[in-house]
Amino acid sequence: MQILTTLLLVLVFGPPAAAETIYVSNEQDNTVAVVDGATMTLQAAIDVGRRPRGMALSVDKKTLFVAEGDDNRIDVVDLAKRQVVGQLPSGADPEFFVVHPDGKRLFVANENDNQVSVVDIAGAKIIGTVDVGVEPEGMAISADGRTVACTSETTSMVHLIDATALELIDNLLVDTRPRAAAFSVDGKQLWVSSEIRGTVTIFDTATRAQTGKIEFEVPGIRREGVQAVGIEMSRDGATAYVALGPANRVAEVDTKTFTVRRLYLVGQRPWHVALSGDQKQLISANGNSGDISFIDLENREVVKSLPVGRGPWGVVIGP
Amino acid sequence: MAISNIQLGLLDLSRTRLALAFVGLLAIAVPAHAEPQTMVIGYLGEQRKLPLPLGPLDEAVTDDGLQGARLGIADDAGTGRFLGQQFRLQERVLKPGEAPAEAVNAFAAAGISFVVADLDAAQLLQASAAPGAERMTLFNSRDPDDSLRQENCRRNVLHTVPSRAMLADALAQYLVWKGWQHWFLLTGPHPDDLAMAAAFRRAAARFGAQITIDKPWTFRPANGRADTGHVTLQTEIPAATQVGDYDVLVVADEADEFGAYLDGRTALPRTVAGTQGLVATGWSAVDEEWGATQLQDRFHKLAGRWMLPSDYAAWLAVRSVGEAATRLHSLDPTAIAKYLRSDDFLLAGFKGQGLSFRPWDGQMRQPILIAGPRLLVSSSPQPGFLHQRTPLDTLGIDLEESACKF
Repeated sequence: MQILTTLLLVLVFGPPAAAETIYVSNEQDNTVAVVDGATMTLQAAIDVGRRPRGMALSVDKKTLFVAEGDDNRIDVVDLAKRQVVGQLPSGADPEFFVVHPDGKRLFVANENDNQVSVVDIAGAKIIGTVDVGVEPEGMAISADGRTVACTSETTSMVHLIDATALELIDNLLVDTRPRAAAFSVDGKQLWVSSEIRGTVTIFDTATRAQTGKIEFEVPGIRREGVQAVGIEMSRDGATAYVALGPANRVAEVDTKTFTVRRLYLVGQRPWHVALSGDQKQLISANGNSGDISFIDLENREVVKSLPVGRGPWGVVIGP
Repeated sequence: MAISNIQLGLLDLSRTRLALAFVGLLAIAVPAHAEPQTMVIGYLGEQRKLPLPLGPLDEAVTDDGLQGARLGIADDAGTGRFLGQQFRLQERVLKPGEAPAEAVNAFAAAGISFVVADLDAAQLLQASAAPGAERMTLFNSRDPDDSLRQENCRRNVLHTVPSRAMLADALAQYLVWKGWQHWFLLTGPHPDDLAMAAAFRRAAARFGAQITIDKPWTFRPANGRADTGHVTLQTEIPAATQVGDYDVLVVADEADEFGAYLDGRTALPRTVAGTQGLVATGWSAVDEEWGATQLQDRFHKLAGRWMLPSDYAAWLAVRSVGEAATRLHSLDPTAIAKYLRSDDFLLAGFKGQGLSFRPWDGQMRQPILIAGPRLLVSSSPQPGFLHQRTPLDTLGIDLEESACKF
């Protein structure tokens, strides 16, 4: 009944206005920038450990976890207090990680140790590791929580890990220097970006066969300059957004046809992108220009660039 | 292997699916019964006279190059273990004065098709002409000599070490970008120094710098480590650099005999660049960008020292073979040799973009680091230096000026 009421309220009044907050990890400033989504203004900078990159919200969205590559740990940020309130072990050189849907565990790529560490959040300890290829980087977890995907940059593979047994299920060859991995909303596909080839490879998660490959062409830029990095899926499953690094673009991709619908010119070297809760706005974190770009997806235009610090890398949107 | 003849990049979707399903099968099956195939890569080095350590922090290194090749094998094995491909290095170090023909012959007899040739130019040319070498690919990981990419180029040689022309062009672009266009070129007495100076002169002309003062270094190499050695240098260097005005002192001293004494002692307060000071190099321990931290850490763990340019060039050679084997799903040497030289080949070399071989002279295209003694200063090509094919081809000998005929 309560669910029905909520649903009705949403139907009548529409989703709540964008009272959202954007969090950006600045890897050269050792801060997380706090940006008000409605006014598109910088509110604060939270001091965190050294070289913050990967970030994720807790399941209750009250906590932000931040991977500190040079401090070999994950900082726990209380979003109400806007400060670091604790630390979790991560294994060496954490870059990217995911929160398991059960809310209890983190799966962390340890770039220097060729393994994935599993961290128990409540107990603040590492409860398992899985050996993967050389330089693990991108991480994704299926919505059912059963499968973790991890890319390894030098091995050029995506490793599928059984999240319970902590065993490798499969290792799939992808294009050179894979960065991000993302499951489709229905869980039937796995998308993997390649930095050096500038491609995204798509696998069927059931058969684990490659079902598509997306190449990105940016007018006036040679293939070495087009590199695929962060991937964000729209909630309706129809669209994927891919950050194209030194090409200074974000590509909007049709997930049915695997074709590029359009390119958005953003700041320099976008690493990662995130969608607002209402799916109307896309934010890119631009590493070389020290800003984030706000893309209005309804009007299909970049509406604002906001300086947030040095070396913006990860971007997460929370309440 | 059933799919060894597949040309990647020309795959249609169904074959790709087939290939990938096969790969998946292999990865699961390998520990149980499938017999992995092995690629043996040769390493051919030579014993060298150790240079005199210039300062107390300098460490004598006897295994530079070799350790890079060893790390390349470990990295190749990273992907190989999932694909049923094993990699092994067969090492051979020539004694001083020993001709390379016998070693090449032994490699050929062992069925080796790819050799890291960590050799000086004369030895490299002998090795490339030795019986058996005609069926091999030799990777020049040591000698920057431009003639090896020009009139002395060889069909069976690829170059992973940057040429002098590439290093000079990279430095020139940075100096011109800085607006330091008037150079004082100071050249050592050895043939290598003269060759480097020639590359600097060529680079200056290409990118709009002027060598306003061009002088040979005529002093005897001093030993600054003598007690109160600095006193001599403090009078000697200002005298040697007492010239008209210039923006930057560009030094050509490959033997490292005097260049390091210049910085902080020149008559005019000017930056020193070239073979010492601000250096252009294929690799430097100071680099940690583009994911290089992980490569540097892996190397240090393996070798117990920092990675040198010759280590990096040897690593590139071994990784090139591994990358080709990965993309082809095959260890077939003919297919690998062909793929290395194709447009599709791209190696991830921790320099921010894919690396490939120039078809006209076999030189690996690569960004060149501009490094200070403790930190990375820049990386060339610099913004604004354009090229009709790729900005990487603004460094070194371009297609239109190539004298190489295979």
